Amino acid sequence: MAFDDFINQFWPSTVDGLALGAIYALVALGYTMVYGVLRLINFAHADIFMVGTFAALWTVQTLGVNSAGGLGLIGLAVLMSVVAGLVSGGGAMLLEVLAYRPLRKKGASRLAALISAIGASILIQQLFGTVIIRWVFGTSKEGGKLPLNEHFVDRSTVIDLGPIEVSNDKLIVFVGAVLMMVALDQFVNRTKLGRGIRSTAQDPETAVLMGVNIDRVVSVTFLVGGVMAGVAAALYFLRFEQAWYLTGFLLGIKAFTAAVLGGIGNLRGALVGGFSLGLFEMYGASLFGSQWRDVVAFSVLILVLMFRPTGILGESLQRARA
Amino acid sequence: MNLTKKDDGGARSAGWSFDEIRDRWASASGIVRWPVYLLLVVGALFLPSEAIGSFMAPGGSDWPTMLSDQIAIYVLLALGLNVVVGMAGLLDLGYVAFYAVGGYTIASFSTKYGWSFWETLVLAILFSALAGVILGAPTLRLRGDYLAIVTLGFGEIVKRTAANSSYVNGPRGIQDIPHPPTLSEFEILGVQPLKYGLLDSRPYYYLLLLFIIVTIVFVKRMEGSRVGRAWASIREDEDAAELMGVPTFKFKLAAFAIGAAIGGSGGVVFAAKQSSINPNNFEFLVSALILAAVVLGGSGNIPGVILGAFVVAWLPERFRELKDYRMLIFGFVLVLMMVFRPEGLWPSRRRKAELAEGTGGMGSMGAEVAGPESAGTSAEVGK
Repeated sequence: MAFDDFINQFWPSTVDGLALGAIYALVALGYTMVYGVLRLINFAHADIFMVGTFAALWTVQTLGVNSAGGLGLIGLAVLMSVVAGLVSGGGAMLLEVLAYRPLRKKGASRLAALISAIGASILIQQLFGTVIIRWVFGTSKEGGKLPLNEHFVDRSTVIDLGPIEVSNDKLIVFVGAVLMMVALDQFVNRTKLGRGIRSTAQDPETAVLMGVNIDRVVSVTFLVGGVMAGVAAALYFLRFEQAWYLTGFLLGIKAFTAAVLGGIGNLRGALVGGFSLGLFEMYGASLFGSQWRDVVAFSVLILVLMFRPTGILGESLQRARA
Repeated sequence: MNLTKKDDGGARSAGWSFDEIRDRWASASGIVRWPVYLLLVVGALFLPSEAIGSFMAPGGSDWPTMLSDQIAIYVLLALGLNVVVGMAGLLDLGYVAFYAVGGYTIASFSTKYGWSFWETLVLAILFSALAGVILGAPTLRLRGDYLAIVTLGFGEIVKRTAANSSYVNGPRGIQDIPHPPTLSEFEILGVQPLKYGLLDSRPYYYLLLLFIIVTIVFVKRMEGSRVGRAWASIREDEDAAELMGVPTFKFKLAAFAIGAAIGGSGGVVFAAKQSSINPNNFEFLVSALILAAVVLGGSGNIPGVILGAFVVAWLPERFRELKDYRMLIFGFVLVLMMVFRPEGLWPSRRRKAELAEGTGGMGSMGAEVAGPESAGTSAEVGK
């Protein structure tokens, strides 16, 4: 226990925690939407995120960026987000068609769907680890940790309020994530497809009777979740400047933890869960030492669920109207 | 395995079908059953022989080692997880934690305090059952997927705590764990089945086989008892069970503790065989693979679970020549198997009936979302 460190590091940890939490929240949205509609823990979502980091890496390499700062960095962030969002969104839709739709049509048990998800997760990971990284980037399996050999983000402090210092990359991550969340909120609440998603989450049978095309709703849900993961991946790549084929696993279970923490199936819950998990993790790291941060994150989850068994905001996509 | 293939959908009319054998077996008397059990055990005793090994493990890898290090351990763990997932219907994604507790118990007590294998075995079983109760007591009031993520978190907590604690040497792990003491030097057919050394894996296989048989007998007796019926009722409808006066929390906790104890005993043998363990032996992937074994085989059915564990442990080892691609293919096979046989290779008769009703205990994925065209197919699968 190091209270001095905790006090000294409070504001830096808060800023780091919010930037990290923004990424968790974006990934958690994908988990929570799929869960809300299908009641499925989409284990392969973490690997959809991983695919996004490689799409971002590819963008940076193709453009040959050496050092980006200021407006250039914002432009790069937007471009990476678009590429990664498209790749991840397409990947997620493909995943649904290949690994989940056949099971859904058969009315298979949820346990079977979970195993299919785990299988798909291993498949995507290994596909990148053994084939795609070698093929696209020409590096070995363990490589892919940014073969640029140098950082491409030119970091500078853009907000300086005494103890609170925010660097440009953290600001972009935070703002980018919040923009995506607002866009998603509008999409789910304002559009026809969004209404389809909400009604399916609320009562699938009635939704079918009311003429909702379930297959399309499920596809769109995966697409939107995948796009969110892709943007999260681009922001993650901007912030940490590395891509690795096993990167998805820990981030994925953290993001799922965030979704459960906030109340799974609940979009606003995913935001609350993501940000609070990011903060808990960073505070925990400064309090107990950084090697304990994962233990802190999971302990917080168990403690919260002991007292609020359905998460901070409670379940369900429909009740929170988000 | 060939027979189970016939079990698809409309095979009933084929006259001599797999289902019929199962019906006859279910009503068979002890005189019929015991010779079959005996034959199976004898078959298991001869499993490490070279003749079988030459097919099961060509290309240089040692078949008895593969049997003891991978297959038998996975079978034991899958039997333990089957109590939790298959029988009580609780989704546990952090089963590897109990395996780790067992492994670390023998590692620290034998190297630091010089306890013998059999003493630590008892202690490890107690410790892992206790770990099951500690995890279960606060969390078993949660349902379904909340329980899944909490157990997943618990598995990671155990692994990372082991990696961060200097008491168990952090990420380097514990070395020089003693092998079990040699009980006797007697030799039969070129094997010394009670001499536990470094070179021969077969004694460990026989030790695990003993564990597996004890576990099967124990679990089988459990299944038919009041406890087993309580588990089945919890699995099928927890609210109804509670209303009928089944103390669901108590029985769920018992399932957790028993499953954990079986996992812990697996960890003890693993540590004693390997003589060194480190936190990386207890990855999430192990939990996922064991769960895959249970579901793939047919959760709730003991022969099915053994078959599933065998497939999951053996396939990646058998095709070692594919090197990097074997996990890739394994993931693909997992998806394919679930797509074509979601109820598992060899489901229990009871679980099949539950699936036919559409929920399969844990609820079906999107049966409610399946849309009109699926109505026909879902009914067929359930048969």
